[in-house]
Amino acid sequence: MIGVWHAWRGRTPRGEGPWAWLSAGSVALSLLALAALLLLLTVRGLGHFWPADVALVTLADGQQLAGVPVREVALPGDGRERLYRTGNAELEDGVWAWVPVAAITEVEYPRELVRVERRRGDEMVGWLVGMTREDGRWIEGARAWTALQERLHVLQGLRETRDRLRETVILPHVSEREPGDGDTPELTRAYARLQELQAAMEGGRLILRAAGGERLVVPLEALQSARRPNAMSAIDKLADWSDAVWRFLTEGPRAANTRGGVWPAIFGTVLMVILMSVMVMPFGVLAAVYLNEVAHQGRVTRLVRIAVRNLAGVPSIVYGVFGLGVFVYGIGGTLDTWFFEERLPSPTFGTGGLLWASLTLALLTLPVVIVATEEGLARIPDQQREGALALGATRLEMLSRVVLPMATPAMLTGLILAVARAAGEVAPLMLVGVAKLAPQVPVDGHFPFLHLDRKFMHLGYHVYDVALHSGDLQAALPLAYATALLLVLVILVLNLTAIFLRHYLRVRHGMPSPR
Amino acid sequence: MSATRDPRFAPRLAGACIDFAPEASCLEIQGLSLAYGDTPALEALSLRVPRHRVTAFIGPSGCGKSTLLRALNRLHDLNEEVVREGRILLDGQDIHAPEVSVAELRRRVGMVFQAPNPFPMSIYDNVAFGLRLQGRVSKRKRDDTVEWALRSAALWHEVKDRLQASAWSLSGGQQQRLVIARTLAVGPEVLLLDEPASALDPISTLKIEELIRNLKSTLTLVLVTHNMQQAARVSDYTAFLQGGELVEYGPTDTLFTNPRLRRTENYITGRMA
Repeated sequence: MIGVWHAWRGRTPRGEGPWAWLSAGSVALSLLALAALLLLLTVRGLGHFWPADVALVTLADGQQLAGVPVREVALPGDGRERLYRTGNAELEDGVWAWVPVAAITEVEYPRELVRVERRRGDEMVGWLVGMTREDGRWIEGARAWTALQERLHVLQGLRETRDRLRETVILPHVSEREPGDGDTPELTRAYARLQELQAAMEGGRLILRAAGGERLVVPLEALQSARRPNAMSAIDKLADWSDAVWRFLTEGPRAANTRGGVWPAIFGTVLMVILMSVMVMPFGVLAAVYLNEVAHQGRVTRLVRIAVRNLAGVPSIVYGVFGLGVFVYGIGGTLDTWFFEERLPSPTFGTGGLLWASLTLALLTLPVVIVATEEGLARIPDQQREGALALGATRLEMLSRVVLPMATPAMLTGLILAVARAAGEVAPLMLVGVAKLAPQVPVDGHFPFLHLDRKFMHLGYHVYDVALHSGDLQAALPLAYATALLLVLVILVLNLTAIFLRHYLRVRHGMPSPR
Repeated sequence: MSATRDPRFAPRLAGACIDFAPEASCLEIQGLSLAYGDTPALEALSLRVPRHRVTAFIGPSGCGKSTLLRALNRLHDLNEEVVREGRILLDGQDIHAPEVSVAELRRRVGMVFQAPNPFPMSIYDNVAFGLRLQGRVSKRKRDDTVEWALRSAALWHEVKDRLQASAWSLSGGQQQRLVIARTLAVGPEVLLLDEPASALDPISTLKIEELIRNLKSTLTLVLVTHNMQQAARVSDYTAFLQGGELVEYGPTDTLFTNPRLRRTENYITGRMA
């Protein structure tokens, strides 16, 4: 793109001739590919949350269907076909409908068409006939819409109360309970309250008429939200969209990860990367210091250095197998027999968890940190070392006060590379601790606050799970795009933090930034 | 040190021409031989460095003058390949004696290198670096010492308003004077200068030379240079080295105006290839 930009401005890339154009062209191509990738993720991922208009399509044979147009393809012969997302999974021809464009006689956007988002399963599309309230009263017409919105709001509040109760009281109690223990009074009270809440949620149904004329009846507690997108202004939609994105970021997943948000996965990814960094940095830096500053620069050191560099190229799944064998079964299993014998045969550390996953990734990224730090150490002129020694510094003082501070930018470069590699790894995690669904994040208010033995969720694994393990790929793909975009953003934020820190250190030390 | 000579060193050559007034000597080098692995660098070199004088080592590139200088504060200790023989006495004590601490020796024998090498920290922290290594010094004492050192290095007036600025923001000449101040702050008895002005412009060079002349009232200075005018301008004694041997050593005036040996004369008049 730089090359294209220069060409457009009438400048040729430095160094005339075909080689300059060829190299500028490959830069442009790489940048375009990158931009296309980000654009695809952004449009498909974020577009998923937009409350799109619902079309009411009348076909030549008089049939009607209501749905959101998704895409259009050219048929092999002549003509085109359009895919509508019609929802209403309980109907025979539900969820998706391919319609020949030539057969469409009319497309309308009636303001009263309703899209209903269910807690699990596909959405519903149709006209609101009416609803029975939880006390059995029948409401129809315009009042039904208001009553529906009020009830959904109440249900949302009840659900939040229930989830809080589950997270703060019930789950901690259950996880601390030994086999054979009875319920504590607190737990009994919590269960009673849970039943109350559950009962308050029940009752009431919504009745819709689908475009084909079928009646759809659905219990109110199975619904998440209802909206009439055709009647919404752009600002309403934007508000709705931001709300949906916010809920995607902050809520936990529902319905086997096909609905709801990804908060536990964001949390798990960031926490794992931070733990990995804490583990890999001291070891990597010390190893680099040994190789570059302490060890005799002979054949053995050279061999070790080559070996370390080659370790960076070992496929990540190999580290996963190593982590499973050594950390999980070896060390974890031993820890269990020493400290957690009372819980056996159910393992505590003898199964995949946050600690082992971070440790495996730390091992995976160790060569990257060592190589980057060593390069930084090698760039420090010997005069700096001699200057410190000539002032009466010991070797340790020279290292800690002059050499290591000067090498911190290089260490941070190592950290950036390590984070970029580790945050995106999925394969080894599947062996050492990632979970499809982990109801509790590994940090909570109960001792020891950070639960290293727990399994955790991860954005990369979530993409894989959502894209491949949900029944309806058409429906799940946008969610996978959104999660993938989020993974990219998380890595970007982590890296930017390290880059700013590195810049700050360079400025503080008055060191010039490399080009 | 050892009685038996290392076979790598050539047999002792006929004595160098030494014209040395028996002033009080500060450093005394006795039969020093030094080799990098199998490559000899200094051969059976003996000379005495007088106290509170400037002594210059001159000679062609690779003659061993920098090697000799670095031997004086044991910087060769870092290099495992270096083999050494002979003694160096500082105030009569062997600097390689086991009871001598290297760090302590290097505080007494400070060194300034060819290229300015300030640390990537503030000007103040650079000068205070050596003091902080010595442990607890009160802030007031430290401030005083930093100011004194910067004044001694004729840098105080240029930096007193920006002591917290990065040392790397100074010009090359200022950086070199900062390095001298940093060395002075530790309170050395001897200051070794390894071509201290070769990377500097003429005006900075003059400032450094003036500084060297001022410092000799309190310090013993040893200067390595391949600028003979500089040696003539600032030093009291000059030693001419060639091929790892001491060729001629005497008062600077005598050596430059009336060298005893043909080799010396050829070198200082520029007739040497």
